[in-house]
Amino acid sequence: MSHFDSMTLWTVILGLAAGSFGLRFAFLALMGDRIMPAWLMRHLRYTAVAILPALVTPLVVWPSATNAMPSLPHLMAALVALAVGFLSKNILAAMATGALTLYGLLALIG
Amino acid sequence: MPFTTTKSAFWRGFRDSAPFILVAGPFGLLFGVLAAEAGLNVLEAFAFSLAVFAGAAQFTALQLMQEQAPTIIVLISALAVNLRMAMYSASLTPYLGAAPLWQRAFASYFLVDQSYALSIAKFEAEPDLTTSQRMAYFFGASGIVTPLWMGATILGAQLGAQVPDSWGLDFVLPLAFLAMIGPMLRTPAHLAACFTAVVTALLAAGLPYNFGLIVAGLSGMIVGAQTELWLERYKTQKEAVR
Repeated sequence: MSHFDSMTLWTVILGLAAGSFGLRFAFLALMGDRIMPAWLMRHLRYTAVAILPALVTPLVVWPSATNAMPSLPHLMAALVALAVGFLSKNILAAMATGALTLYGLLALIG
Repeated sequence: MPFTTTKSAFWRGFRDSAPFILVAGPFGLLFGVLAAEAGLNVLEAFAFSLAVFAGAAQFTALQLMQEQAPTIIVLISALAVNLRMAMYSASLTPYLGAAPLWQRAFASYFLVDQSYALSIAKFEAEPDLTTSQRMAYFFGASGIVTPLWMGATILGAQLGAQVPDSWGLDFVLPLAFLAMIGPMLRTPAHLAACFTAVVTALLAAGLPYNFGLIVAGLSGMIVGAQTELWLERYKTQKEAVR
């Protein structure tokens, strides 16, 4: 893993702190009891389910452990974690089965 | 059962949030371990959790910093993950908007998935609550998760410094993201957003400065919103025919 300098780290920490607080406070502070425009709420609903998959997909398809070569154990582990999370709604069960799949398959086929 | 006092509302929120110990504890620990692996010391990891206090966004920032993404992309992506907080803020406003500004400012800091989910369910189920009872319930619902998240980060960062590199923890973070995504996929529109983001992320992976992430995230959002609209229209048409 490559490291980053502490200037970058603190910029990110402070920027995220201010930005996250701003997002959380924005409507509670300013909107009063007004209703938000429907189109805005509709898009906000899908930010997490869009940006998290977009972030994780390249990490699954080109894992850093294999120097970005596609790998069956990583792919299978990812699918198991996603499927178990989807079906059980249980985050910890999803992580555990994903990790078991990864280490099991790595032990079996290397 | 209605609350008799503001104090009982606080403790009710506190008790209702107990199941989230099982999520916030392990994930705080994991953030600490991975932060240590990425080179953060205990103080830096703790400051991160204290200042930002948003699990998915913290993991996102950590991952992108390790990929040496430009700082502006790190910030945009992690804040995009947190855009749902603006939605939470908007949807709590009718219930908490009458409280004093300083209380709303404090509440904003404590606004996370867990405190939102518990509170909105409670406020909708019991419309007769006073504003101060609602505020007390909300703060109670944050009373366990918040200190737990900070404490677990510190513990994790101390443990993480002792984990040897050979353990191959580099895939734990992707697994954590996937585990978080699964339970979020509650409707066909969520699935459409997720699928679009995945496909676009693969197609746009070659773009410089991790810009593919932004493009894929935006595409997913738009497709999710459009699918929701389309499904609503379809439903109304079907009902109109009947």
